[in-house]
Amino acid sequence: MAAPIDLDDVVKAEREARSRFVKRALVCTSTACVTAGALPVRDQISKTIHDAERPDICVVSTGCPGMCSRGPLVRVEERGDQTTIYTHVDEDGAGDIARDHLLTGKPVDNVPTMAPDLPFFTRQVRVVLETAGRIDPDRLEDYVGEGGYRALARVITEMAPEQVVEEILLSRLRGRGGAGYPTGRKWALLAEAEGDPKYLVANGDEGDPGAFMDRTIMDSDPHRVIEGMAIAAYATGATKGYAYVRAEYPLAIERMERAIRAAKRAKLLGRNVLGTTFSFDLEVRVGAGAFVCGEETALMASIEGRRGLPVLRPPYPTEKGLWGQPTMINNVETLANVPAILNHGHEWFANLGTETSSGTKVFALAGSLEDTGLIEVPMGITLRELVFDLAGGIANGREFKAAQTGGPSGGCIPARFLDTPVDYEHLRDLGSIMGSGGMVVMDDTVKMPEVARFYMEFCRDESCGKCAPCRVGTEKMYAFLDRICRGVGRARDLAHLESLCRTVRATSLCGLGQSAPNPVFSTLEHFRDEYLDLLVEEEEVNGATA
Amino acid sequence: MAGPAEASARKRASDEPHPTGDERFSLIDKALRKARFQQDQLIEVLHAAQEVFGYLSDEVLLYVARALRLPRSRVYGVATFYHLFTREPLGEHSCSVCTGTACFVKGADAIIDALRREHGVGPGETTEDKRFSLTTTRCIGACSLAPLVVIDDDVLGHLTVEEAVKRVAAMLDAEPTPAEVP
Repeated sequence: MAAPIDLDDVVKAEREARSRFVKRALVCTSTACVTAGALPVRDQISKTIHDAERPDICVVSTGCPGMCSRGPLVRVEERGDQTTIYTHVDEDGAGDIARDHLLTGKPVDNVPTMAPDLPFFTRQVRVVLETAGRIDPDRLEDYVGEGGYRALARVITEMAPEQVVEEILLSRLRGRGGAGYPTGRKWALLAEAEGDPKYLVANGDEGDPGAFMDRTIMDSDPHRVIEGMAIAAYATGATKGYAYVRAEYPLAIERMERAIRAAKRAKLLGRNVLGTTFSFDLEVRVGAGAFVCGEETALMASIEGRRGLPVLRPPYPTEKGLWGQPTMINNVETLANVPAILNHGHEWFANLGTETSSGTKVFALAGSLEDTGLIEVPMGITLRELVFDLAGGIANGREFKAAQTGGPSGGCIPARFLDTPVDYEHLRDLGSIMGSGGMVVMDDTVKMPEVARFYMEFCRDESCGKCAPCRVGTEKMYAFLDRICRGVGRARDLAHLESLCRTVRATSLCGLGQSAPNPVFSTLEHFRDEYLDLLVEEEEVNGATA
Repeated sequence: MAGPAEASARKRASDEPHPTGDERFSLIDKALRKARFQQDQLIEVLHAAQEVFGYLSDEVLLYVARALRLPRSRVYGVATFYHLFTREPLGEHSCSVCTGTACFVKGADAIIDALRREHGVGPGETTEDKRFSLTTTRCIGACSLAPLVVIDDDVLGHLTVEEAVKRVAAMLDAEPTPAEVP
């Protein structure tokens, strides 16, 4: 049996290795940059450096630094903190960067660059994404070198499980999957639950279209999720964990699996973690394309290899979950917050963000923005800051119309609420939800009834069919919306739609159905005129269909 | 008692021909062994099976049901519940248009309409000559590059309608039809 990893030795070795490099080229190899062609770029740079026999220059495949719209990104770091970030790099550009900048020290001027001090970067507070984009997600040593697994090592040797739960309670961390349930309270429930074994699940079934926070965390810094899970397991008494990842994220699956294998070899997972009596086994489970599996009871059915059908709660998973045993399900981003809370203390974390929503939130910015990608900001930042300061405003000189948050369960926030602080309570008061952090910004060319129809089509397709209100209701709501969007809807169609929305919300079995009407409610509340403009008079319809 | 399918999957030596007469089943056997024949790994095994065969035929579902000792109804139920499993063979080439929110805002519908006009098939359909399937996917999480289209296994971002149509045509032309192969 191999000896457990010595964290101090690795940190020292990493620091020494780092001191030998005069230059480092960090190539983003997260999903978006790979799609834009980052792998040939990296290979071109690696080959040039290798052929030149320059061991003092290192090329690192990193996770996501965030600015996905300008990828592939190559960041060149030189001694003395000189940093250049090249954008939109292609293979030719990569050759130039390697030959001119890395080998001879002459910055390249025919490849676009961006300043490292753009508000997009400087306005962020990176806790969950602290090392994303700076380390190689496939190297355990990179994470350890940045202080990784230190929290786990300290927790399991110096703290009692109750103390860890207390620390999370005091940090006021809330679930990042959308509902915002206090994480510490959930941990306490599992810790108190009777039963053996107990299970822990990381929910990485990020099915909300337009959201890619969890995907990025898993493909850019998988060890942070693993460390968070191991700490949660120690605090709650769980001995077996599952990371449930949607199948649409092959890179996240691959990197999570590789990271788990590396952590097991280093004795950071498995039996007797770091030589202590604490044991925790972890494996990846892959979804197969079902939005409803983000709902925790459906997710558990899927882990058991069954159809992902939700069941009524209570009993809650912490009482009766996987195979009838106590089970806790935490979102990936929630778990990724845990190591930092243990490292810096609950006060530090609680002081970030607002009174009711502590800490930071990762947002996936997409849609009609100048710059899109992944950012992490303190809770309570305003929408205006997000859209106009960080993301550089609306693309193509158009006007801001609405920001959609919370995906198919959320709503659209119009321009007059741009100064609202973004936290759980304020977004709920506006008829939207925080959701998992997807934010799709729409310009004035987008028609809001069509947005509502788009989401209803999604919910109709994703309804699992178990309960009638959702199965039949989403179909009928879609039909009404479709009539209205096609310009053949009447006032009474709109009245029926609203009444049906209320019924489906009140009577559906799970969150999917209960929240499916939200995009309709919120677009009706803020953009009712657009619906009214599309309606036709009774006589017109009768005339047309006669 | 272990059924013959399970016994074969567990024990067969690597040089023996597969009892079904189709060597592709030995790749399912590999996935079954990796899953340690655990019934809760049904979804993982079906992913592997679809990877090998391209779709989940009755024969494949029966094989998996026997090997995992699961009721056939259960395997059929799972195979038909999840969107990523298909019970029909796809065409030789496929084009999957992302219809997530960001791609919707950036005009994914226009791409689907153009491909429909060009090839006469809608989402979920395959051309009569079995050369081309059009499908949709709900967000692959690279929203900054919207609209996105996956052509065979290549993910292409920032596509205009014209480019999408052109890329699909190029894909279909790239491979010589069987008649042209010497």
